[in-house]
Order: sequence, then structure tokens, then C-alpha cells
Amino acid sequence: MTGGLCSIFAMGTPSLAAASTGGEDFLRILLLQDFNTRVVVAGAMLLGAVGGVVGTFLLLRRRALMGDVMGHAMLPGVAAAFLAVQALGLERSLPILLLGGGIAAILAGLAVIGLRRVSRLDDDATMAIVLSGFFGLGVVLLSVVQSSGGGGQAGLEDFVFGKTASMVTSDVVVIAIGGLLATTVAVLFFKEFRLLCFDDAFAASLGQPVMGLDLLLLSMTVVTALVGLQAVGLILVVALLVIPAAAARFLTDDLRWTVAFASLIGALGCWLGVTLSAVAPGLPAGAMIVLATAGLFVVALCTGPKRGLLPRWSLRRSLRRTVGRDHLLRAMLECREVTGIGEITADALMINRSWSRRDLFGLLRVARRASEVVQIDGNRWRLTDRGEIEAAAMVRNHRLWEHYLLEYAHLAPSHVDRAADRIEHVLDPVLVRRLEAELGASVETEPPASPHPLSTEPPSEDALSNEEGTS
Amino acid sequence: MSIHDVTVAYHRRPVLWDLDLDIPKGVLAAVVGPNGAGKSTMIKACLDLVPRVSGSIRLLGDQLTAVQGRIGYVPQRETVDWDFPVSALDVVCMGLYRKIGWFRSVRRRHRNAAMEALDRVGLTDFADRQISRLSGGQQQRVFLARALVQDADLYFMDEPFASVDAATEEAILEVLRSLRDAGRTVIVVHHDLQTTRDYFDWLVLLNTRLVAAGSIEETWTQENLRATYGGRLTLLEAAGWAMGTAGSGQSHS
Repeated sequence: MTGGLCSIFAMGTPSLAAASTGGEDFLRILLLQDFNTRVVVAGAMLLGAVGGVVGTFLLLRRRALMGDVMGHAMLPGVAAAFLAVQALGLERSLPILLLGGGIAAILAGLAVIGLRRVSRLDDDATMAIVLSGFFGLGVVLLSVVQSSGGGGQAGLEDFVFGKTASMVTSDVVVIAIGGLLATTVAVLFFKEFRLLCFDDAFAASLGQPVMGLDLLLLSMTVVTALVGLQAVGLILVVALLVIPAAAARFLTDDLRWTVAFASLIGALGCWLGVTLSAVAPGLPAGAMIVLATAGLFVVALCTGPKRGLLPRWSLRRSLRRTVGRDHLLRAMLECREVTGIGEITADALMINRSWSRRDLFGLLRVARRASEVVQIDGNRWRLTDRGEIEAAAMVRNHRLWEHYLLEYAHLAPSHVDRAADRIEHVLDPVLVRRLEAELGASVETEPPASPHPLSTEPPSEDALSNEEGTS
Repeated sequence: MSIHDVTVAYHRRPVLWDLDLDIPKGVLAAVVGPNGAGKSTMIKACLDLVPRVSGSIRLLGDQLTAVQGRIGYVPQRETVDWDFPVSALDVVCMGLYRKIGWFRSVRRRHRNAAMEALDRVGLTDFADRQISRLSGGQQQRVFLARALVQDADLYFMDEPFASVDAATEEAILEVLRSLRDAGRTVIVVHHDLQTTRDYFDWLVLLNTRLVAAGSIEETWTQENLRATYGGRLTLLEAAGWAMGTAGSGQSHS
């Protein structure tokens, strides 16, 4: 029974330039010098763009998996259409097969909605049931097709994994028409879809046909998935719907731009995939498209200005640096206060704040670059005039807070140091002035004296573990 | 607004049972009751967001579909995804979508109207901010501004005071009172017994069935509250009730 599908998996798909290799061909492909290349690239990029547009709404409506359900559900439709055509003795044609796939996809969509209503099952369970059920039926029908013999069934495998590389002009026209249809609907109903995806209850309270809009969105998904079969096949078509849209969310916080970026990423991913598969013969184009798009997603995830990992990480890093610098300057001034000597040894600093030698020298290097400290010799350092001013301000803020906490929060003197440690880095001038006004006479000295003994002794073990907890 | 013999059920379990009540025009009404009493469901039934098993509802003396443009709605804040890629201004503009109509886009005059509404809730400076970067109280005020821009005669609000800071609560209350003073009817699902008596002038006590409905002076009695909350009116809530009564006494004197 499964023999049919196994053979499909084994076959893979042909790539664009199976016979050609070498730099010259690479250039030819890149410059789109062949008509065939142009057709394939145009078709794939169109598809990627449309997938991005429709996928954005699908993703925001939290129906991303619906694309997968519809893709898989097309297999029994296509196979059944094929059998019907064969039984009637008609000529096999692409539109009829696609029609079969489309009907099956719509049935699957309705099955998901209906099952959710009557069964009280969660969405993910409902979709898993429908997806596997339809796909199972598809595999069975496919094996029936293959055992029935006769010519022309070979083309059916293309629907499972796509046939990007052998796309012809008429395929591109189908994609263009389908894409134009879906994009036009998206533009016409943009504001309604925005509200539907954001707040369907409010949309309904305005009297908008929520059910109708949902069906419209599903129809757009069906159309996209149908034309997508041509390129990546029904198993991977969900990738073109979901991945570009998800990637675009890292780039912008505006829905219009999300749609634009998603379609751009989709088109770019498709172009990259097609080109890569053409350059490296034997690599299936459909899978390469998905991989390239996934690669773009990873890039967006890492570098995206809105919620990407790198921007977030660098923000944290710069905050950590500020905190480290503040602590270093303050520690140097406090050491001098205790010993009365301007030259401060690294060892004394390490005792003051339980830094490791490596951390401390890292901080010192940064401070030296900012001309806040100078190195006298291997182990001894001194504050510059500039560092002196900065450190004095830091110590002042810190002690103002300590006094405030002692006075109003009734913290024990041994605890105010650490509590103030956390707050001082975010004190702005306005807050400092309020602090001064609040404390008034109790802090005339400049900077005020520390309310607790400054440590030049190694801190106790208890204090050490606490320090790690707060840093 | 009048509700007649309305029953709503989820999977055969009745959530609202044979509800029958009228709320007069121009009041600020609270719908109060324990968790699961059907407070939100009552509002949703009025807006046709949940199917009714039986009964009829007339809003502003007419069927919902005839007066839909004169109805405003503030859903519960948690029902939407605040990570959604829209700005505060975009959300407020949504209140105008019905007026704007199909196939037309949001124009400058719509945005100006939305800005005015944002101004009324004190969020002028946050118009262009993406909604996930607003605090909970600010998000609630964005929802209120979206309802304001609807310029409705009858408002339904689902827990607008839920988990907001004191300043936001004050600001929201002020807006609600100004709506009532302008002759609009505002129906609010409320959960805080301590403030109910101070904030509202009409009361609907609900616990699957209607316990009592009427002006706050007549309806705010210990028996009614006990009947609403049953054994569930804990000591703490009773204390809250006492405080609410005492507090209103002070403010009246």
C-alpha cells in the first residue's frame, strides 16, 4: 500500500540545471540569461510574495497550521480527480487536478471548523485529526492510481514535492492569476482583516461578518496553497505561508510593513532556493526554497530591529557595562577614602567588590580607554581628573540612596549598600534633586559619609553568595 | 435596553437562565455577581456574540441590527493579543471601521477623531506606540478610546476596571461619568464590590438568574448581595461591602 509513496520519496525532484556545472553556468543562472531560468525564477518569486501576504493574516489569526492542513488535504483531492478523469476517459489536465485539490482543501477547512464546534476538542487536536485523516486517504488513493497502471500517472508525484525546476510558462500564469486574486482581496479587505485578526469579538460587535471574512481568508489560503503545489509541493507549502510572515514580525511593528516584508522575504527565499538548487545539481528545488526561507527567518530572528535576539542582547550588554563601570569608579574612590592613597592596587579593588582578576582588568581596560583611570604599573591604578568627577557623582548618588533607605525604608545599615547598588544606575538628575530635598540636613557633607564601614577586608562567604545573586 | 426571557447555554449548561430586565436610558449601570455568574455572557448576548437558546433583546428600543451603529463595546483586555503589530492610534481607528465602510481606507479626518479620543483618555503622547509597549492600564484606556470614537448611545464594557492602576481607574471613571452626563447609557461588568456603590447609579445583580436590578439606592441591600453571592460572600467581601457603604456615606455628606 505504501509502496507508491515510498517510491515518491526515493525519487526526489529534478533540479533546474541537472546537467550544467561550473562558474559560467552560475553566472548564466544569476543573470537570468536562459528563458527557462527566467520562467522558474519569476514563478517561484511570485509565489513567495503571495505566500507572504496571505500568510501574515493567517499567522496573526492564529491559523498558521491551517495552511498545513489544506496542503496535505489536497492529495486525496488530486488523486480522486485523477481517478475520475481516468474513469471517464477524459484527457488529464492540470486545472481539473487542481480543482480536485481545491475542493478537498475546502472540505478539510470545513471539517476543522465543524469538528471544533461539535467535539469541544482543542484546535491543534482537531487540525491533527483532519490533516492526517485526509493525507492518509490521499496515500491510499495514490497507491490505487499507481496500481491501476496506465500512462500519465507519473505527474502526480510532482504534487507531493513540487516541480519547481520544470515549471513552464503556463504554470507561471496560473501562479500570477492566483496571486493577483489573493493579493487584491488582501488589499481590498485590509482593514477588515486587521480587525478580524486583532479582535474578532469587536469586529462582530460592529456588525462585520466574522464568519464570512474567515472563509474569505481560508479561500485565499486554498488558492495560495494550490498554486504553491507547483513549486514546493503539498507537504512543504505551509512553509511559504508561515515562515516569511513569522520572519517579518521581527522586522517591524506595523501591519502594513509586516505584509510588505513578508512578501519580500518570501520572494527572496524562493529566488535563493531556486538559484542554489540550479547551481548545485541534484538538490531538489522545492526543499531548497524552504531551506533558504528558513535561513532568512533565522537571520531575521537574530538581527531583527524590533524583537531580534542581537539587538536585545546588545542592550543588555551595554547596561551591564554601565553598571560595571559605575561600580569600578565608586570602588576606586572608596578605596582611596579608606587608605588615603591615590594609587590603588588591583588587589584592594578585588577585595572591595569580589571581582575576579579577569573581570576587574576588563573593567579597568574599558575605563582607561575612556580616560577615567590611568595605569601606574602592573598592579596599581589611579583615577584621572575626569574619572574623579564621575566617581564623586556616583558615590554621592549611592550614599544619598543609602541614607534615604536608612531613613525611610528602615533597612539595616549592612543591607543598604546592596539595595542602593541596584538603584543608583538608573537615578536621573530629577530624582537626585528630590533625594537631596528629602534628606536635607542629614547629608551636608559632600559627598556624604558612608553609613556603613567600607570593606577592605575580604567579604564573608555569605556576602559573596549574595553578591552573585544580585549581579 | 430591555432583555426578555433570555437563556444562554454553553454545551447544554445554562449560563444565563431566563433573564428578564430593563435598564433605563442615561444611567451608569454595574453588572455584578460572582465568577461564572454570566456577567460577560449577558453583554455578549446583547451584542449577539453568543447564540441565545431563547428570548429576545431590544436595544435602544429596537433590534440589534437596526441600531448596531449606535452601540459601543469594550471587550475584556485579555481577549486580544497585545503583541499584534498595530499602534495605539490604529486600534482606536478600528472603532470607526463601520462608519468608514467597505473598501475605503482610514483617512486623516478619521485619525484626527481617533486622536481626540486618545486625548480624552490621556494618551496623546502614546498614539504611535506599538500596543505591546503600553502598560496594562494604558491598554485598557486604548480600548476605552476606541469605544469613545464610536460615539455610541449605548455602551457595553466588560471589566474595564480589571487590574488597572489607581490613576487609570480614576481616568476611566471620569470618562464613564462624562458619557452618562451626556445622556449615554453605559453598562459595565464590574467585579469590585468596594467601589460599586460609589461609581454607579444603577445595579444589576446576577448569578445565572437575575437576583435584582434597579437603582443603586434600592438594590444595594445586604439581602440582595447575600442572595447574589450566596454562601460565597466571604468575610472579606462582606467587609468590602461594609467599606463601600461607609465610603459612599462619607462622600455624600
